[in-house]
Amino acid sequence: MTKKTIFPVSRVHEPLRADVEIENGQVVDATVGATLFRGFENIMIGRDPRDAALLTQRICGICSSAHAIAAALALQEAFHVEPTPNGQHLMNLIFAADIIQNHLRHFYILAIYDYVKGPNMPPYAPRPEGDYRLPQKRNEELLAHSKEGMLKAMRAHEMLAIFGAKIPMQQTILVTGVTERATVDRISAYRSILHELIEWVEQVYLYDVAVVADYYKDYYSIGSTTGNMMSYGMFPQPITGKREYAPGIIVAKGKTEPFDVAKISEDIKYSWYQTDIIPRNPQEGTTTPHRDKKDAYSWIKAPRYAGKAFEGGPLARSWISGEYQRGTGVMDRIITRAQETLSICKLADGWLSQLSLDGPTFSNYTPPMQGEGIGLTDAMRGGLGHWLNIKDGKIVHYQIVTPTTWTFSPRDEQGQRGPVEEALLGTAVENTEDLIEVGRIIRSFDPCFTCAVHMIDAPAGTPSMII
Amino acid sequence: MLSRREFIQLCMSATVGMSLTEYLIPVMQSAFAQNKITKAPVIWLELGSCTGESVSLQNAINPSLEQLLAESLDIRYHWLINVASGDDVTKILEDTLKEEEGNFWLIVEGSVMTAENGRYNEIFMRNGKMVTGLEAVQEIAEKAKYVIAVGDCAAFGGPAAAYPNPGKAKGVWEVVNKQVINIPGCPTHPDWMSGTFTHLLLYGIPQLDSYNRPLLFFSKTIHDLCQRRQQFEDGIFADSPGSTGCLYKVGCKGPITHADCPLRQWNHSVNWPVKAGAPCIGCASPHFPDGTSPFYKHLPDTPTSFGRLNIKKISAGLVAFGIGGVGTHFAFAVVKKRIHKHYIKGTKPLETIPPETLEQAKQELKELTKQNQALLSITTKSDAKQALQHRKWWRRKLAAFLHPKNKDGE
Repeated sequence: MTKKTIFPVSRVHEPLRADVEIENGQVVDATVGATLFRGFENIMIGRDPRDAALLTQRICGICSSAHAIAAALALQEAFHVEPTPNGQHLMNLIFAADIIQNHLRHFYILAIYDYVKGPNMPPYAPRPEGDYRLPQKRNEELLAHSKEGMLKAMRAHEMLAIFGAKIPMQQTILVTGVTERATVDRISAYRSILHELIEWVEQVYLYDVAVVADYYKDYYSIGSTTGNMMSYGMFPQPITGKREYAPGIIVAKGKTEPFDVAKISEDIKYSWYQTDIIPRNPQEGTTTPHRDKKDAYSWIKAPRYAGKAFEGGPLARSWISGEYQRGTGVMDRIITRAQETLSICKLADGWLSQLSLDGPTFSNYTPPMQGEGIGLTDAMRGGLGHWLNIKDGKIVHYQIVTPTTWTFSPRDEQGQRGPVEEALLGTAVENTEDLIEVGRIIRSFDPCFTCAVHMIDAPAGTPSMII
Repeated sequence: MLSRREFIQLCMSATVGMSLTEYLIPVMQSAFAQNKITKAPVIWLELGSCTGESVSLQNAINPSLEQLLAESLDIRYHWLINVASGDDVTKILEDTLKEEEGNFWLIVEGSVMTAENGRYNEIFMRNGKMVTGLEAVQEIAEKAKYVIAVGDCAAFGGPAAAYPNPGKAKGVWEVVNKQVINIPGCPTHPDWMSGTFTHLLLYGIPQLDSYNRPLLFFSKTIHDLCQRRQQFEDGIFADSPGSTGCLYKVGCKGPITHADCPLRQWNHSVNWPVKAGAPCIGCASPHFPDGTSPFYKHLPDTPTSFGRLNIKKISAGLVAFGIGGVGTHFAFAVVKKRIHKHYIKGTKPLETIPPETLEQAKQELKELTKQNQALLSITTKSDAKQALQHRKWWRRKLAAFLHPKNKDGE
């Protein structure tokens, strides 16, 4: 048996350590852990609740608007206010642009070099040895596209800044909408970039993904999970609040079931937090880091839905909506991410035409002194939830459960693994020195540890709410 | 190649619709052609960060910047873009440390987590042991030619260091014994990075302020450069974010934040917060976020271990310095020579940048007092001289009166 540690796993957002045990050319055990703790939820306590959307997005530079949206949703519930129709559309447009840029960057900057050989210079060289199967011509072609892909991701960020002022860390999302106006020049600027991106996604991104999938067919089954998938849904429509992507749960590749927020809990047996204080109630939850805890190997907690681990992200959303139900492997994740990019582009195009010119994009309100709210949305890589409590006009409790915590969760008390650890099990590896397969599996989940590594406490016992 | 002065002008005059990097390419190419510079090997460390600075730098990557980067920065270690993983990538790091000692640049993104001796943030392995970010940054900075902190976290601790600072996050300059060039912002603007990097390559360390920020980009306040400045002068204030008028009363931190966002704008000059109706939250300030929040209130509550201090409560001390500063400044300007000079030459007295902190205020006060004393001594001398001349004049006058013939007699 060989034990191998990969640390740091590169081309993921923030530090990740993976330990794998290999026997007879197969992964027989795996642990993945995150190695950064910042404690954002503690920082939120005692602050003006209106700052939540601006401060929580500082958790992550790649999916900042997702946090702003979740915080705004939680505050809307706590303040009993609704976004204006234009405000909701603009929030959706900002978020859509961010998802598009994230998916493009994931494929063209992070994942592509698992399959394509880059130029022979740092940082592309050295590279892990392994089966790079693309013929020279295809390889060159995809490499050229990767440069263009970065530019398109940059264009998507420009598109975001039209209504979001700047990005990373957009600044215009408020509790009832967006401070920027829906003027004709802004709408047409957004539309022109969007159309450029639609054309490119249809003609290049989907094609590139198809090329990779064609040469790496075995990766449809490599990196498979048992098929527990969840989504909080995303892009609420104005007024009705119905989400364009519906929330739902799938257990073991079964049927889509309704989602119930009360069934979420978190486990910290293998996380670096003291176990003697486990008030799982978010109203009282505190976190005491305990770096020397025995057996623990991650700053990530283990969130569970009805006691089980779940995977989120484009694959889960596609299964839940029924658009794609082929499998749960590496390629399925990459393909659904590309397909989702196109469908979000098209949704955004629709919202643009629903904007009323110069209509109000936010409304004025007086923040109440008390309140509590839950903001659930899907982010790029899965379900993101913000739970908050306000007393005397200040935040007294804040808690965030991010997508990467779900997918990269360590084991729980019952010894159940998180989705990624599970996906790694049984993987055949060619070369124990380079473990290129492990990297491919990990990156297919689009991990983002910046978000994942500052969890506070379990939301079990929150007021039940079914969306 | 541009002269340093021309380069500085280029950096400071942000032109609409273009990014600075696009202007820098020809400059870099001519410098390369003349063999005036060579690529700088770079180790880019991510500590307690959100990857925002790397993403921001990716936004500057257009074909030309990629070219610029390919030619100017030889990024050896950056785990977001390194293709190799694990031991292979750690080896690149170790090799660079050995081969390029004293020559490579260390660029740090994210704050240094110092709690539990840095064990809240481990970043790679060496001989089977986990290495903390704190350890790594101290060791690597020692051997680096330049240490550059990008983003507010690496520069000053940033959001991760907000009260109660659970991970004891600190800025890089608080943990290393070396000059650190701070390029703040949350995130930092790609132009601020590429401009500073280019200055380092072509001319060495740029002129820095007391917070080690390059004056190229951080010499003026947002308020000074703001498009809504006239509305401030005219007393037109917005009553909520998103409304027309100056956003000062709904929390804009432009007056206390040094950065050139209004000129440069973001994401290829598409927009910037105040233009989009969102008050500046002071993300490039050394006191972000505690000193600039609540973001929608114009008098910040500063969280401290003694509870939340409102600026009103601590203003007494600041006011003393403020008045002292202004008073001295005024005295300085009123000294007749200076006033005389300004009126004769038709120039206006220079506006001073309001101090950001007590420390800065103290420093400025000290400088002003010094200048004031120097001027006063000149004035005293000149006064004495004048009195002498005056006496001489009287004496002559008196002599002329007493002996008028003396004058006429010749």
